[in-house]
Amino acid sequence: MAERERRLTPPRGGVFVPRVQVLSAEDVHRALIRIAHEIVERNHGLEDVVIVGLQTGGVPLAHRIGHVLEEVESTSVAVGMLDVAFYRDDIGIRPVLPEAVTDIPGDLAGQLVVLVDDVLFTGRTVRAALNALADYGRARAVQLAVMVDRGHRELPIRPDYVGKNIPTRIDEQVDVSLDGVVLGDVVPR
Amino acid sequence: MTGAPAGGSRHLLSVADLGAEGIEEVMRVADAFVEVGRRPIPKVPALRGRTVVTMFAEESTRTRLSFETAARRLSADVVSFQVASSSVKKGESLRDTAETVAAMGADAFVVRHPSAGAPAQVARWVDAAVVNAGDGWHEHPTQALLDCYTIRQVLAERAGGAPSIDCFRGLRVAIVGDVRHSRVARSGVLALAALGASVTLVAPGTLVPSSLEGWPIAGVAHDLDGVLDSIDVCYLLRLQLERGAGAFVPSLREYTAAYGLTARRAARLAEGALVMHPGPMNRGVEIADEVADWPRSVVLRQVANGIAVRMAVLFLLLGHGAGSDPAALMADAAAESADAVDERPGDRR
Repeated sequence: MAERERRLTPPRGGVFVPRVQVLSAEDVHRALIRIAHEIVERNHGLEDVVIVGLQTGGVPLAHRIGHVLEEVESTSVAVGMLDVAFYRDDIGIRPVLPEAVTDIPGDLAGQLVVLVDDVLFTGRTVRAALNALADYGRARAVQLAVMVDRGHRELPIRPDYVGKNIPTRIDEQVDVSLDGVVLGDVVPR
Repeated sequence: MTGAPAGGSRHLLSVADLGAEGIEEVMRVADAFVEVGRRPIPKVPALRGRTVVTMFAEESTRTRLSFETAARRLSADVVSFQVASSSVKKGESLRDTAETVAAMGADAFVVRHPSAGAPAQVARWVDAAVVNAGDGWHEHPTQALLDCYTIRQVLAERAGGAPSIDCFRGLRVAIVGDVRHSRVARSGVLALAALGASVTLVAPGTLVPSSLEGWPIAGVAHDLDGVLDSIDVCYLLRLQLERGAGAFVPSLREYTAAYGLTARRAARLAEGALVMHPGPMNRGVEIADEVADWPRSVVLRQVANGIAVRMAVLFLLLGHGAGSDPAALMADAAAESADAVDERPGDRR
């Protein structure tokens, strides 16, 4: 929990106070199974498909999707992870630190990349991720899968696969994990 | 989580400013930059539009190249300023130089100077982050950081686990040779001790600093053979011949006979002990040719890691925003934590 707490809190303190559970662990699991099937359906199989989870919230989801895909299609799927800290547009505005190391499986040239993240909010993280991906080769296409689309976009970015659309207040926090989705607030320490 | 390595300070003048937590932070960020270095395009846009000035009043190849490469890989602009040592008589002219360069717009100064404390002076004069790249016999913090990083990396690879600073607990390190004239030794001792390692200085009496007050060391030995089989890291210092170290030993050959890591001595090292050297090496003096090229010697790794570690330092110092005052930043953050959620929705997801 400490790690998630840190990630969810504003710089220098604040505690995530959960208010309402929106999705249960089973709901999240079912949504990931559906998303996996949609990925197969949309791409007519899994040829050249690489799943890339965004650090840190997207990584467990990406691995889960990868497992489901392997079961469904009986083939192995490359799963990587990407930390976008060095590509963010708020460097110099607030403390930006890499949360974890990037691990992209091989050259992405010609591959079909499915980015996976927990929450789609302003779209700035995805923008940074698109720039980061470009440094690993020219992917044939990039698709976006998110567990929660909470609205409030600041950039023209839309998801291809959505676990659940959840309208939120801009000051709310959405906590996504394999254990479920919880809405809450961040309260200063 | 301050985002600045020195617990909120915007300069890196001494490893002592960092503490174990700060050193760990630098290493964590450096992990990410090691990955960047392995990419087909080893460059990230993190410091686009920032200017890093390297101001070297003393000869250096690796440190200067390493810093400049690090800055470029962060997409910063690099201005290289070679201070002719003859024209800089300390004080006013160094100040003029620094202020002039600063006036052209610099976000960070990387300073090497033959006088201890020169980088700290520059930090007082200019409104930019200052990184000490070696000042006299005083300190060379990024060297210590990259040395610690290399130890942590190699030990993690051997253990097959995630890198952790716990590997320094009880680690026995011998720093061998010209401690007296070595800024690397001082920074190294401070960093290693902060992380929990037990450091022994091994040197002839003439090459031990006249006062070791405040050095967090386990002890001083004058006999390399006596410690060889009980150390995990053998860190050899360069005999600083250009600083007149030759006058402190009877002869180079005698020095090598007593304190050089010869092939015979190296064979007596504990299995798995690391051989390190900050470079440039005096082959045949403090380290034998064949030992330098040994698989257990991690000298070239130290150099490679230097870039990632310096990227981490620059990123941590400049990531906050140019010219931001640390005190004001702290105050801001305290006031802001209450309404941060409303103010900057883009910060989180």
